[in-house]
Order: sequence, then C-alpha cells, then structure tokens
Amino acid sequence: MIQQIVAVTIMNLRSLPQRIGTAWVIVIGIAVTVAVMISVLAMAEGFTQTLKGTARVDRALVLRAGSEAELASTISRENTQTIMDAPGIQKNSAGRPIASAEAVVIVALPQKKDGADANVTLRGVGANARALRPEARLIAGRMYRPAVREIIVGKSAVAQFKGLDLGSRIAFRDSEWTVVGIFESGGDAHESELQGDVETVLSAYRRNLFQSVSVMLESPQAFDRFKAALTTDPTLKVSVERETNYYAAQSRNLSKLLNLLAYFVGGIMALGACFGALNTMYTAVSTRTREIATLRAIGFGGLPIVISVLAEAMLLALIGSVMGSAAAWLFFDGNTVNTLAAGFTQVVFHLTVTAPLVAAGVIMACLVGMLGGLMPAIRAAQLPIAVALRAS
Amino acid sequence: MKYVPLMWAMLWRKKLRTSLTLMSIVIAFLLFGMLQGINAAFQEVIERSNVNRLIVTNKISLTESLPYSYLSQLESIPGVAIVSHESWFGPYYQDPKNLIAAFPVEPDLEFPAHPEVVVSKAQIDALKKTRTGVIVGAGLAEKYQWKIGDRIPLHSTIWVKASDGSSDWDVDIVGIYEQPSNRTREDAMFFNYAYFDEARSFGKGTVGWYVVQLNDPSQSAQIAATIDRRFANSPNETKTQTEKEFQQAFLKQIADINLIVTYILIAVFFALLFAVGSTAMQAVREQVPELAVMKTLGFSDTRVLVLVLVQALAVCVVAASLGLAIAQFLFPLLRDTLGVVTMPLAVVVEGVAIAAILAAATGIIPAWRAKRLVIAEALRS
Repeated sequence: MIQQIVAVTIMNLRSLPQRIGTAWVIVIGIAVTVAVMISVLAMAEGFTQTLKGTARVDRALVLRAGSEAELASTISRENTQTIMDAPGIQKNSAGRPIASAEAVVIVALPQKKDGADANVTLRGVGANARALRPEARLIAGRMYRPAVREIIVGKSAVAQFKGLDLGSRIAFRDSEWTVVGIFESGGDAHESELQGDVETVLSAYRRNLFQSVSVMLESPQAFDRFKAALTTDPTLKVSVERETNYYAAQSRNLSKLLNLLAYFVGGIMALGACFGALNTMYTAVSTRTREIATLRAIGFGGLPIVISVLAEAMLLALIGSVMGSAAAWLFFDGNTVNTLAAGFTQVVFHLTVTAPLVAAGVIMACLVGMLGGLMPAIRAAQLPIAVALRAS
Repeated sequence: MKYVPLMWAMLWRKKLRTSLTLMSIVIAFLLFGMLQGINAAFQEVIERSNVNRLIVTNKISLTESLPYSYLSQLESIPGVAIVSHESWFGPYYQDPKNLIAAFPVEPDLEFPAHPEVVVSKAQIDALKKTRTGVIVGAGLAEKYQWKIGDRIPLHSTIWVKASDGSSDWDVDIVGIYEQPSNRTREDAMFFNYAYFDEARSFGKGTVGWYVVQLNDPSQSAQIAATIDRRFANSPNETKTQTEKEFQQAFLKQIADINLIVTYILIAVFFALLFAVGSTAMQAVREQVPELAVMKTLGFSDTRVLVLVLVQALAVCVVAASLGLAIAQFLFPLLRDTLGVVTMPLAVVVEGVAIAAILAAATGIIPAWRAKRLVIAEALRS
C-alpha cells in the first residue's frame, strides 16, 4: 500500500511541470493570501511588542482613579508626595524613593511621511527617572539640564516626526526648546516621546498638576502592599496598576482590530484561494483522467490516487505559503509606522514578522490546499474505469 | 441578442469550472466592496465636511485648551458669521469600553453654527432651560435604547467635579438630533457648557477649540491667517484650519488607510487575474473544435472574438455585482467597530469598472486566439 502511494505520488509530481500554467493559480492565490495576512498580523505584533516592551512587572503606574490613560489623569503636587512616600517603593543609595512624578503633554509635530500634525508626547520626568528606567540610554548628545528649556528625544520619534534632529529648536508655549540628546530604550513606547525636566515642562505649560507617578517596586510582590497603602489612603483618589497591565490594556483595542482585520480579510481571501485551488485541481484530475484510469485498471487502489492528488495540492499550497511569507518578511518586516494609540498619543512601532505568524500562514495555506484538493481527489478515485479509459 | 443562448451554452459548457470562477470573482469583489467601502466612507466624511467652517485649536496641540475670552475676539473678525466652541469631555457610559463623544457647548452658538444638525427649536430651548440637559444623536439613542426624559450617568475620564471630587456627571436627555447628510455623525451628544464649566475642578474659563462659521467660503484661507496672526505671540497661539483639513490631518494621524487598502486590493486582484485568466485560456483551448465549426458555418473572425470577450465581460460583471451586493448587505455590521454606515455608491461604480477591466485583461488573449484560429488546423486537432 505505502509503496503504491509513494509510486503514484512521485509519478504525479513528476508530471506537474506539464500543468505548470494552472498550478500557478494555486501558488499565487495562496502566496498573496498569506502575504496579506502575515503583514497585517505583523503590524499587530509590532504594536503589541512595543507596548509590552515598555512594561516591567516590578514597576507600577499611579493615575487618578477613573482615568484610562496618562493624558486624561491629573494628580496634585501634595498627592505625588504622598504616593512617593508609600511603602513598597525601592530606595536608592541616598534613601530616596526610585520614582518619578510626571507631566504628560502633547506637542503637535508634523509627520515626516505626509506633513500632517501628529500628537507627540512630551513627558516631563523627575530627577530619579534614570534609575526608574535604566533601559533608556543616550545614543547622541547629552542629558537635558533642569530649569533650562532642553529636551531629549526618542530614536523612533526622530525617525517619524520632523524637526527633532540633534540641536534643532522646537517652538511651543512662547519659548524655544532645544533638542540636546537622542535616546534609545529598547524599542519601547518611550522611544516615541520627547522628555524633559518635569518642573520645566510644568512651568512652561503654566500647570501645577501632574499626570502620573511611576515607581520602581522593591520586588514584583511589593505591588500589593504599595497598592493597598494608596487605595486605603482617604486623601488619595488614585488607581494603581502594574505597568504590565497598563500597557497590555493600552494595546488591546488596536491589536484586536488589526487581528480581526487580518483574519477577516485573510479568511475571505483564503476562501477565494480555495475556489482557485478547486478549479486547478479539478482541471489537473481531468487532464489525467486516462492516466488515473490506467493505474486503476492495472490494480492501483483508490487511496493512493486520492493521496497523490492531495499531495499535489498541498505541495503547491506550501510553495505558495513560503513565497507569501518571504514576500511579507522582505517587504514589510521592520517597516516603521506610527499610529494614534489608545492614550491619544503617537506610538511608533515596527512591523514584526515572527515565526508563529509564519506558522499561522503555513497552516492556513495547508488548510486551503486540503480543501481545494480533497473533492477533486475523491472524484479522481471514483472515476468509472471503463469510461475514463476512453476519455480523450 | 440572438447570440445570447449560444453564449449561455458556451459559458456553461463546464458548469463546475464556471461556477468556481464566478465564486472567486464574487469573493474578490466582496473584499473590494468592504475595504474600498471603508476607505471611501472615511474619505466621504472629509469631502462632506463644511468648507464654510474653520476649526481654531491651540497651536501646541489639540489637547491644550484656549481661553474663553477668544470668543468675542473671534466674533469681531470681519467675515466671521458665527463662532461656537466645543470641548473634549471624554466620558464613558457604564463600562470604560463604551466611550462616548460628548461635547459641552453653548446651545445658542453650537446649533446655529451647525445647520446640518436637525433638532427642533423646542428641544434646544429645553436644553437651555435644563442645566443638566443633553441632546443626543439618534444613532447613540438607538444603541443604548435611550429616550427623552432618561437620566444618563456619565463617567468622565478627564474631568473631576469640584463639589465632591467625583468624575460622575449625570445628564438628562431633553432632545434627540439627526444629521441626515451624514448618519455617522449621529453618535455624539451635546450638553451645557455652563454646567460643565461651573462644576469642573480645573481648567475653568477655557474651551477645547473654536468652530468659526464664515459668510463666504472663498475667504477661508485669508480669515484663517488673520485669526492666527491675531493671537500670534500670545500665551495661547492658535492654529486655524478648515474643517476638511482638520479631519484629514486627524485621519492621517491614525494611519494611511488609503495606502493599506490599496496594497491589499492590489494583492487580491493580482491573484484574481491569474485565476480568471487561466480558466479563460483553458475554456478557449477546449472549445477549439467548436469554434472551428462556428467559423465554418460562417462566423467571422471578429464575431468570434467579440463572442469570447462578451462572455468574459458577462462573467466578471455579474460576479462583481453579486460580490458588491453582499458587501453592501454586510456593511452596516461595521458601524460599531469603525463608525461607517453605508457603502458609498461611488464604490459600486468603481467596482463595476474594475470588473470590466478585469474582463478585458483576462479575455483578450483567449479571444485573440479564437479569432486567429485557422479552421483546417483547428478541426484536425
């Protein structure tokens, strides 16, 4: 039996070049479907990874209760002190809490690709921010000085928005700010931001309200203690979240929408590819009618015939999925894009084609190949031998 | 007309193949209808925006407010008919997922500045009289089954009340507005700025942005420049755009939807071209003896060419129409996720045109082959 299957399948695949014209229909149909699906999934993946990369389990973010994002939150100066004095926060060598009360404002900067204004975050950070976020490091220039209108900008922000090169001046709030440094931060969401000293930012915006307090916990387990202390304090109305939870929530909607788009569009395209595959395989079977009948007449079973047809469909589908994945990877992997994220601020991210995404594409391709090959394969096996032998 | 039965017979010579080809085309145009429909619906919002209106925002960014005192200064600028203002309230209803577009406004300014919003005078009066009153869009009212008289508890993600430090703002529905020119805009609500400004704990005396209605749209660029000059070098510099530019810029912030849709559709039609083209070639190849017989009977070369082409056209256009019809039917389901309501008619026209191009592209080679067929050779094959 196995021998029969191998023999018929090899014979069938050898004759494939004769049907190359119609075989392309399967290959291209599937390649295109896989490429589209993987590219859109890569967008969702890149966005999720960027936000996920921003978070650490041992860091917590404090916002005003009821605010979903930093921009909508307000915390008074007294409250930021109370929050930073709470138990569970890691202390530095000088005994000061590793925490940063931050101001988050938006600056409208033109996008490089089309000049349209985008909401870029300007984050005023506290003196201990560098200990709080050790992942951030300067790659050019120097640190801003407090009380001077100087900012450092993230690598991704420099790439996507105009006028952020080292030394350039940005005019807002009746003053000019100078870009004195460029930092990288492991490709996280902070790389899409501008950062400066919090007191300078607040005074420039004539504000006295902070947006958030970020703290480094003694350990991931210290979170409960920290949270309990803040939520039971009657002078505070705040929500305390682990960064991991906060950033997961921030990416949820967009990645859900992109995944939906990928599977919806991919699914419809796969259905289309299925019809193409069916057509191709029926044609393949009908051109091989006499050959198949001859095989049956000399004693080959139905199953080897079915498997040989299925194998052909699957092989073509696999070739298609490899081409599609390769195209998605070549053209889109690493592409930098930016979007308005849930917090009403821009997040810059890179399309990321990962192995699981490619696997999803290959699985879908196999499914299409299977569906497209099965019916024609069964028909091939059921051909009445006597009639089929007479076919032209 | 007399060739219709002949073409019908030729078309359905291989029923399975023709049906499968039809289905592939239906699927491709279903996708075209949905994706291009979404794209066109977004563009339409931009196109339909009032060229007669300017949006004045803080130059720093949309989220920075402007002083209320700018209202009278804007009103005094020549060429300005009405000035209104709106602010971002950012509330949700019951669950953070149910975000609502709610704007504190002054009824006497907001509704005259937006003549496309249809709401009765009695309801506007009721809004003025009821401090906590709100006029909601028909779409929003339908979504949550709200009716006039209902009290709606809103939870603002931004604004805190000074009185009790809570973010809970209750509003009472006193009216329902419609916007027949753009049904997607029926998902918002408008309540009293007086209530909002008095009760909030910070930001008093400011507004989010101004809406400036002009007497003459041809002056919009000039008046926009005048406004920005007026407030230049002040603590709150402005950026004035037409409503159209404003919306365009906002969409561009999210993503270049147009580009993404174009990429996907190019991919889809590239694959379709292969699928349809290959079956069309096959069909003609198999019909060679029959075509030869027809030529023997006196069909001219051109007539054969036209017969084959018309078949391709019929298949493509019929299948495309079917796909577009399904898309049209499914389109309203997107309202909740994307806020689009109807598929623009232009998409249907565009779709049929593309179907015709597809037919020409896939039919011309087989048709040419049929035309060039030499009877003697073809009969022998």
